[in-house]
Amino acid sequence: MENSILIKTLGLVKIYPMGEQSIVALDDVSLTLRKGEFAGLVGPSGSGKTTLLNILGSLDTPTRGSAEVLGEKVECLSQKKAAELRNLHIGFIFQTFNLLPVYSVYENVEFPLLLLGLPPAARKKAVMDALEWVHLAERAKSRPSQLSGWQSQRVAIARAIVKKPEIILADEPTANLDAENSHHILDTMEQINHELGTTFLFSTHDDKVIRHLHRKITLLDGKVARDEIMKSAEEVRP
Amino acid sequence: MIIPKLALRNLLGAGMKTWLNAAVLSMAYVAIIWTQGIYIGLDAEVSRAMIDAEYGGGQYWEESYDPFDPFTLQDAHLPLAGPLQNLIDQGKATPILIVQATLYPGGRIVPTLLKGVDPGQKLLDLPSSVLKATDHEIPALIGSRMSQTSGLKKGDVVTVRWRDANGTFDARDLQIVEVMTPLDQGIDSGQVWLPLATLQEMAGMKSQATLVVLEKNSAPAGTISGWTFRGLDYLLKDIKSLVQAKTIGASILYTILLFLAMLAIFDTQVLAIFKRRKEIGTIMALGFSRVKVIELFTFEGALNGVLAAVFGAIYGIPLLAYTAIRGFGLSGSQGDTFSSFGFAVSGRLYPTYSVRLVLGTIILVFVITTVVSFLPTRKIARLKPTDALRGKLQ
Repeated sequence: MENSILIKTLGLVKIYPMGEQSIVALDDVSLTLRKGEFAGLVGPSGSGKTTLLNILGSLDTPTRGSAEVLGEKVECLSQKKAAELRNLHIGFIFQTFNLLPVYSVYENVEFPLLLLGLPPAARKKAVMDALEWVHLAERAKSRPSQLSGWQSQRVAIARAIVKKPEIILADEPTANLDAENSHHILDTMEQINHELGTTFLFSTHDDKVIRHLHRKITLLDGKVARDEIMKSAEEVRP
Repeated sequence: MIIPKLALRNLLGAGMKTWLNAAVLSMAYVAIIWTQGIYIGLDAEVSRAMIDAEYGGGQYWEESYDPFDPFTLQDAHLPLAGPLQNLIDQGKATPILIVQATLYPGGRIVPTLLKGVDPGQKLLDLPSSVLKATDHEIPALIGSRMSQTSGLKKGDVVTVRWRDANGTFDARDLQIVEVMTPLDQGIDSGQVWLPLATLQEMAGMKSQATLVVLEKNSAPAGTISGWTFRGLDYLLKDIKSLVQAKTIGASILYTILLFLAMLAIFDTQVLAIFKRRKEIGTIMALGFSRVKVIELFTFEGALNGVLAAVFGAIYGIPLLAYTAIRGFGLSGSQGDTFSSFGFAVSGRLYPTYSVRLVLGTIILVFVITTVVSFLPTRKIARLKPTDALRGKLQ
């Protein structure tokens, strides 16, 4: 069971210096996340959700403590190694979609594969498979400016899953979507989690997202206040 | 190959801004090649004309001869012998004797140089053969500039006074048998050409010369006692300096153009980094390291240089080819200006665009563009991915 742990933090502390004062964004956060989990970091603004997500995504480093992702200690990684970890094993989904504006849908989804150096034929198959997953194959040639908000987020999901990462970190993925589209997006993510076994970790304070979570980790003032299993394995996979 | 591919995608995706930068930069390319081509062409044409008419493959000067010091002329003559005489006998060199004199056309006094040349010589582009045709007087050949300043025309007879080797003054009449129109005013202004043997006899300098012109493209005959070899580098140095000075003057124009283009690229880069900081954060999240992002942005900027070269080629090649084939007309004030500087140019100037010039310009502009593109990207090296994702720039 121990080897299915993908993420493990121990006494994680993140302090942002602000002039003579400092802000404690994370305070002694210890948690583990296993393969295939569909978990969420829940809490009000400023509770440390995005900071934790950034550290686990190797975009940031902790001030103290340890964050181990897929066996790599984030605090010890060089910039290059951290970039490699993100490139090979982690997918990101952002609140504001963050699609590259001058690229087409196809090119946006293809981007992570270019970094992996896959041959063109393999790239094309993977991109089209990912777009099929999010039901946007017919919009492959469209530009991000031609898509609606929920279509853009689906493209972002396709971009996150196209390289079949072990972990997808989603920062407020439905914050810019209405209820119906949020539901569709979350259904898609849950399906990916179920069928591909991809581990999802959200940061959210959106009830619609919280209702879909299998595990809810509540952060308050940078500390883990509660860690609850919302759906058992039997409920998730009957 | 991912960086060039992404850079090209980004650049083409930026649309009009990219093409405006490329258009301005392409003007710098074309302006540099065009102006340099004109001056290279000018240099080549002037040098060719002077070599053909005056300098040949270099000259041996009597060691005291200094064309800029008239006082040296009285003694600047030596008998031809040894290797120089051998070269003359083989038709690989031709001697010239120079004597100071005064002409009296229409009662006026015109200081002049009498230059003796072998009427049978073929080395110089000088119609010396007309000097064979003797009438009653000594045949003399002058150029159109000399004709203009002295008022002498073909068929005129004019009195000349000179001092011979012994210091004795003497005077005779010359008949102008031809007025030539040479490009090179170095064989025209203030000069009268006479048969060499006649001048040697007049000056009491039998078998002597002031200088010996070698055949074009021939090697010097080594060190000869009493004579100093002057190669083309020496003989053409004034004209080279003048062309170089004009080239430097013209370079101010394209330095300004290049500066404007670089400013546009620098500005574009700074703005791009500012406006695209979220995009930078995104591609970092997708697996780009900072170094890769810097490479991407630098390559993007440098590609402006490549696009500009392509853009410049579209309108530059026909324009430059047209001017290279048709040349520029130099009649009127510009031709007069060149003539007054002592430039030997014909009525049309043909620019020369060498491969070296074109490639050199492309490399120069590309290197400068790359450096200018790189400078603003140093900001990225200090950028945290999390700040970039939030749209912050430190």
